[in-house]
Amino acid sequence: MSLVSINNVHKYYGSNHVLKGINLEIGAGEVVSIIGRSGSGKSTLLRCINGLEAYSEGGVVVDQMEVVYDDRQIRKLSKSVGMVFQSFNLFPHLTVGQNIMLAPKLVRKLPESEAKVIAQEVLAKVGLAEKIDSYPAELSGGQQQRVAIARSLAMNPKVLLCDEITSALDPELVGEVLKVLEDLAAEGMTLILVTHEMNFARDVGDRVIFMHQGLVWEEGDSKTVLANPQTPELSKFINAVL
Amino acid sequence: MDYTFQFGELLPYSDLIARGVLSTVILAIVTTVLGCLLGTLGAAARAGKQTFLSRAVGVYVELIRNTPFIVQLFFIFFGLPTIGIKLTAGEAGLLAMVINLAAYSTEIIRAGIESIPKGQLEAARTLGLSRTQTFTRVVLPPALEKIYPALTSQCIIVMLGSAVLSQISVEELTFAANFIQSRNFLSFEVYMVITVIYLLLAILMRQGFKLIHYFMFPNLRARS
Ligand SMILES: Nc1ncnc2c1ncn2[C@@H]1O[C@H](COP(=O)(O)OP(=O)(O)O)[C@@H](O)[C@H]1O
Ligand SMILES: [Mg+2]
Repeated sequence: MSLVSINNVHKYYGSNHVLKGINLEIGAGEVVSIIGRSGSGKSTLLRCINGLEAYSEGGVVVDQMEVVYDDRQIRKLSKSVGMVFQSFNLFPHLTVGQNIMLAPKLVRKLPESEAKVIAQEVLAKVGLAEKIDSYPAELSGGQQQRVAIARSLAMNPKVLLCDEITSALDPELVGEVLKVLEDLAAEGMTLILVTHEMNFARDVGDRVIFMHQGLVWEEGDSKTVLANPQTPELSKFINAVL
Repeated sequence: MDYTFQFGELLPYSDLIARGVLSTVILAIVTTVLGCLLGTLGAAARAGKQTFLSRAVGVYVELIRNTPFIVQLFFIFFGLPTIGIKLTAGEAGLLAMVINLAAYSTEIIRAGIESIPKGQLEAARTLGLSRTQTFTRVVLPPALEKIYPALTSQCIIVMLGSAVLSQISVEELTFAANFIQSRNFLSFEVYMVITVIYLLLAILMRQGFKLIHYFMFPNLRARS
């Protein structure tokens, strides 16, 4: 039984046909890397999985819940699907701890004391326990992104969606964020990542999905797909990014 | 110039002036609180989806911002009784000030709300926050932080504008000055004194806003 099941999903922005029939089954514990050129529909696909974007046709089921573009359904879904963004999106007026405790308190309705314990746990997991009272502006980009991951983890999601979460970072800060993802993968977290980090996709990821022009152009075991591309489009893409 | 200033002649009226100051201060405080609250609600309506409500608020804002305050005041005090709404001068004055500040603060706060990056909303949505929670916890605090100086200035402008209320005999500071001047004809002295008082009130109000800011936005303290 798949954790994420994507069935013939189409997405149009006006007349722009962005997703042209995507089919994917992702099992619990899998680490899936979505790669492809800019504009190929990677972000759109990710955003259709957690209901940030409405798809036009087809169906998406996550953790046995139909993903529909509806406020109440999305709130239910938020307990199963976490998302981390390229631009961190931490709330600037809240401390690291408050950022993390906000949703557990408001959405999971946990008392302050329990939320605090969770915040400490997830911060320890990303190696930032001592930053609980700092404000986002006091942290480096890499630290902010690790807090954003911790904030998602506090909702105890079954799958974590990551949209180019290292792309906005200075090169020397990329490693610390990838390390956190690697730890999560080792713990069995299901990860779906849009990424340009080919080494990470190959070494940590289980599966690679290459998107091209709104289609899953090629997919399979990460080492095999990256070593032996079957299509000229993927060969060209790999050569361009490596 | 052989005029001798007679500030001492104002002393017998110090009670009257003090009462005027008190009225002006109360008008300013009530107006600031109500005006900013209503402005926040107005901005929430304006920033949301296009509905009848958001359009109605838009019309109200434009109506108030494009007509003179004194005309708004006269309309409420002299005009409304015609359709059976009779208010005392104080009530009419307060209502006019609140309505005026609410319109301006709606626009100011709306600008703050619109400056919040879309990613903040997406993060809140992804975390499962409801629309109301997102607005009050995620959007509004940084929005207010951004427009805080503009909002402060607007509240002070409206406080100073309360001088116009003397025209409908609300016994605030300017009314007191007009009254004293009509008795002793010491125009220079009287208006000099109340000018200084208005200046002090404005400075005090700005300091008050700074104090509130200090407690409302602890994140800005941390950064500096
Ligand atoms: N909100 C939007 N409105 C209109 N078009 C969009 C929107 N988001 C993305 N698109 C279009 O959809 C296509 C796919 O975008 P995206 O999923 O962001 O690609 P990728 O993440 O692979 O770079 C692009 O052509 C882009 O211009
Ligand atoms: Mg993208």
